[in-house]
Amino acid sequence: MQKKFARTALALVVVGGLLATATPSTAASTGIKTGLKIAIMPKAVNIGYFTAWNQGAQKACKEIKAKCTYVGPTEATGPAQVQFINKIIQQHYNVLVISAADQNAIVPSLKKARAAGITVVTSDADVADTSARTVAVLPSAANRIGTAEVDWIAKATGGKGSIAVLSAAATAANQNTWIAAMGPYLTSKYPNMKWVGGTVDKSTFYGDDDATKSTAQFDAILAQYPDVAGIISPTTVGVLAAAIEKKAKHASVKVTGLGLPSDMAPYIEDGTVEQVGLWNPIDLGYVAVYAAGLANAKKFTGKVGSSFKAGKKSFKVVKGGIAYLGDPYVFDKSNIATFKKIY
Amino acid sequence: MNRFSLTWDKGIALLLVAVTVLGSFGVPYFGSTDNISFILQDIGEITLIAFAMSYLIIAGEIDLSVASALNLSSATIGVLFKNGVPFGWAVVGGLLTGLACGLINGFLVTVVGLQSLAVTIGTLALYRGLCFALLGNNPVNQMPDDWTSLGYSNIEGTFFPYVTILLVVFGALFWVVLHYTQFGRRVFAIGINPEAAKFSGIPVARTKMVLFALTGLMSGVAGVVYTLRFASASPDGAVGYELAVIAAVLFGGVSIAGGVGTLWGVLASVLVLGVVRSVLQLSDFSANALLIVSGALLLISVVFPRASEMIRAGRKAKSSN
Repeated sequence: MQKKFARTALALVVVGGLLATATPSTAASTGIKTGLKIAIMPKAVNIGYFTAWNQGAQKACKEIKAKCTYVGPTEATGPAQVQFINKIIQQHYNVLVISAADQNAIVPSLKKARAAGITVVTSDADVADTSARTVAVLPSAANRIGTAEVDWIAKATGGKGSIAVLSAAATAANQNTWIAAMGPYLTSKYPNMKWVGGTVDKSTFYGDDDATKSTAQFDAILAQYPDVAGIISPTTVGVLAAAIEKKAKHASVKVTGLGLPSDMAPYIEDGTVEQVGLWNPIDLGYVAVYAAGLANAKKFTGKVGSSFKAGKKSFKVVKGGIAYLGDPYVFDKSNIATFKKIY
Repeated sequence: MNRFSLTWDKGIALLLVAVTVLGSFGVPYFGSTDNISFILQDIGEITLIAFAMSYLIIAGEIDLSVASALNLSSATIGVLFKNGVPFGWAVVGGLLTGLACGLINGFLVTVVGLQSLAVTIGTLALYRGLCFALLGNNPVNQMPDDWTSLGYSNIEGTFFPYVTILLVVFGALFWVVLHYTQFGRRVFAIGINPEAAKFSGIPVARTKMVLFALTGLMSGVAGVVYTLRFASASPDGAVGYELAVIAAVLFGGVSIAGGVGTLWGVLASVLVLGVVRSVLQLSDFSANALLIVSGALLLISVVFPRASEMIRAGRKAKSSN
């Protein structure tokens, strides 16, 4: 019985394969085959951030005339993603663009996908084993996320005064990396600015990504350092709490950090906060589809030092097989109305 | 009377055949050898635990800590391997961890005399907490390829993944013991009426202890399979698997009240759930639709036997009038 099923299906596979190979031709400008079957897989569907990510991917798909499907699990776990990776292997997709929900658990499946001839590109979140994908398209280099935030606070304070940091948990690895990059950058680039506690470590307060605790820590900074000129909060929870409390207390301290446009819109619109930044998931999805399409057409190797073009911009692959978008995307009065609707 | 009566478990088996036939002819790629391999891999861990869980639920108990025990077994393998223990011995450590998890549950239920539902809600959290204590936020990867390939490749020359061997061996073992041995009959007797079982000389506490230990051990086996399949051990793995296991057991016709169930009903049930998911996925249903369908199937599995019971009772009442 089983054999018969297998044979029927095999026939279907063959027919499907013939249909698939019949269509692709090449778009002259990019060299990417048209009619590619591309899967765009978020950590989980039903999340606004990934819906925006998919918007960017779909835009690129339209430009390269590919057929892109947004597909993924409802829970952001590796095993759940693996079921969908298996699905796209069986359906003979050409390309998989994926944000890894688990940096390890999906590695064997991605390798299987590659072995089946599928071009794999990670975007937004990478896997631990770089041989499981061609290239990773990620937001910004870790140290640039830190230093960009220093630039924003310098812009808000006019490059003067003492600065504090309102972080997430003391153990938060991402935040700690970014904060470590802020320390020397501020003292070397902005001579008229300093850390309230002397060093960045002694100027960092921890709100544990909890709204109430972050608010209390914001108040603690103002109480301990009444002349603080600016507060950087490299976490969406902290920067929102800081903006709310700043407005409530009519504080003069400047606030910036990594914020969600939809969260921060009211405070940017009323001037409480001049600007916040975050990566732009739309660009992330857009660039990843180009990287994947070009890799599929063998126009881009993904090797360190190689580069590819997405739209008008060119991206270079650096150590670890990663292409960074560049600086975090800045949200201010000029663009917040657009982005608050997106994520 | 030798009339064929359509019991729930036979219904599930028929459903399995129906969905498989439908999928093979109606859904592209469903019947491919790759897909058969994927489905078997996908249900591997859940099936292995469901075998043991069937016994436990038939005996009127439950174990909600199985997914945490699975992952604690996986975490143990990861930690031992990271600290230089040869992988084979790390696997043994993982199996023993699963067994220990089961023994702790069994001790609290049979010796201390607590409710298994309450105990295993507690150990669900406890075992998961231990995973985080062992691994912190550092998943273990880079496990030896000759081991992990057992987790994600097929038996050479076939399209069956290696986990099929475990499914066949344990499936046969659990089937024979449940339906053809004294031990199996005791499990049913305990589930039907523990008091009566006790008075007829069945060592109720000891039997339940064995069942909890067995469930723990099978969680350990599933933990090994899980570790190899994903080539890693992380503190937050296998979250929610306990619900998938219990759902599969109940859908397979095992009564949550105890005393009723067949092992092949459970096996057919996990296969149906795997096959249905595959059919829906390959028909490009969204993940949200999948969630709704699997939820509806489970609801039917609980409502239907109860409804048919009521109808039967109603008929009896009418005929006796």
